[in-house]
Amino acid sequence: MQKNTLTRFLLVVALFLGQFTFASDTEKEASEHGKDLKTEIKEYISHHLQDAHDFSLFSYTKENGEHKYVGFPLPVILWDDGLKVFSSSKFHHGETLAEVEGSHYKLYHSKIYKTDAQGTIHYDENHHATNVKPLDFSITKNVVMIIVTGLLMLWLFTSLARSYAKNNGVPTGAGRFFEPIVLYIRDDIARPNIGEKRYRKYMPFLLTIFFFIWFLNMFGLTPLGINVTGNIAITVSLAIMTFLITNFTGTKDYWMHQFDPLGKSLPWYGKIPLYIILVPIELLGLIIKPFSLLIRLYANMQAGHIVLMSLIGLMFIFKSWLGSPLSFGLAFAISLIEVLVALLQAYIFTMLSALYFGFASEEHEHDHEHEAEIAH
Amino acid sequence: MEKLLEEFSVGLFFWQTLLFGLLLFLMWKFAWKPILKAVNDREDGIKNALDAAEDAKKEMQNVTADSEKLLKEARAEREAMLKEAREIKDKIVADAKDQAQVEGDKMVKQAQATIESEKNAAVADIKAQVANLSVDIAEKIIKGELSDKKKQLKLVDDMLGDIKLN
Repeated sequence: MQKNTLTRFLLVVALFLGQFTFASDTEKEASEHGKDLKTEIKEYISHHLQDAHDFSLFSYTKENGEHKYVGFPLPVILWDDGLKVFSSSKFHHGETLAEVEGSHYKLYHSKIYKTDAQGTIHYDENHHATNVKPLDFSITKNVVMIIVTGLLMLWLFTSLARSYAKNNGVPTGAGRFFEPIVLYIRDDIARPNIGEKRYRKYMPFLLTIFFFIWFLNMFGLTPLGINVTGNIAITVSLAIMTFLITNFTGTKDYWMHQFDPLGKSLPWYGKIPLYIILVPIELLGLIIKPFSLLIRLYANMQAGHIVLMSLIGLMFIFKSWLGSPLSFGLAFAISLIEVLVALLQAYIFTMLSALYFGFASEEHEHDHEHEAEIAH
Repeated sequence: MEKLLEEFSVGLFFWQTLLFGLLLFLMWKFAWKPILKAVNDREDGIKNALDAAEDAKKEMQNVTADSEKLLKEARAEREAMLKEAREIKDKIVADAKDQAQVEGDKMVKQAQATIESEKNAAVADIKAQVANLSVDIAEKIIKGELSDKKKQLKLVDDMLGDIKLN
């Protein structure tokens, strides 16, 4: 027991040291550039929240002012009049232009722009870059993390599946921890929301999406500086899948409810004025449901990262015996809450997906009445 | 909203959709299917085992009732058998007594008859012997009487005297 507590404590400390490293190089950069520390921290946070073209663990500045990055480059795949593949090390973390087959590309605020040979960026009046952005299919940091999470899940759960076969239906090792969660999703999310008869076909999706979001949320809390589930493209993709599954498995009743919500309770001439308003609202609801899913996950994870990193950044702004420990304590408390949020958001996404599937696959009471009539 | 759209990366969306689809398929095939199957099998197993235990309990109760019934029957049978045996014994004893009586009587009668016949024989024998003896004695006496003349004469006289009297 005591050893466990110690291990946990060390883990938490390691987590924070990692965040410190990020923050500390910000400070050095700030003093070097002579910029305002606050702006620098703000930029650093917004940089962290975005996807990256290389997997940097941390960076520091040498005495002679040279930036050193510890990490590894990732492949850049661009579609710009043909497929262009090169290593992100060509960008030197945005310091140099990458020249590929006569075209010049610049990494600017984590995005790749096509530039001339000098690397000039054109701006509009709102200080937005107006250069051409080639279609970017790069294996970014987030893509790497998706692959890592996918492999981790495959390894964990195929080994759980194997342990059942080997051990006569009793899980071993990590499976002992994950089996109750799988059962919880089945018994407390899928069954009550979708129904005993139809829940089975949705189980693989619900389980995959739950563990995928949860693991990626947890990875977001590690010092690796990952923010996958707080990326809008990821949440959009996840929500679209829920949307597609909901509507493709929708029963006749579900679609009847969308286009004829009042059913037999009103004659057709009574329905017309109501339906002019009601049907568009119902149809809008189809879109709003997954939209709320994607915004909720995105905003929660994004906000968590911003709060956590801001509190860590505060330590370097205060630089006092009182302020810094205080913000450390706050950051510690928030990161504990974030662990909970990581699980909670995965749960909510899965829960609501199950709820929508339940709506879509529901068969209403009137079917039974009809059957009863036939029986009479 | 504008910021969100700007942040949206088509490439990342593409990879996420592709990789998640792949992950979903692989997890479905190699993880969730066997896991859910194993869990279901296990639950069915537990349910069956509970049912079987319930059945066994009922069976046990039936068996107990049966054995009790059997025991009762056996006891009754034993009682009956004992009673019967006792009756048989009594009858045998009574029969034996009767038979012994009859046999005894028969033997006594036989013995009496034998004794009677033996007695008669003995009496006849004695009679014969007495007759012989009498004859012998009479002979000897007569011989003695007739040994001298005087006596013979006397005898004749006596006899004659007797005859006269008659």
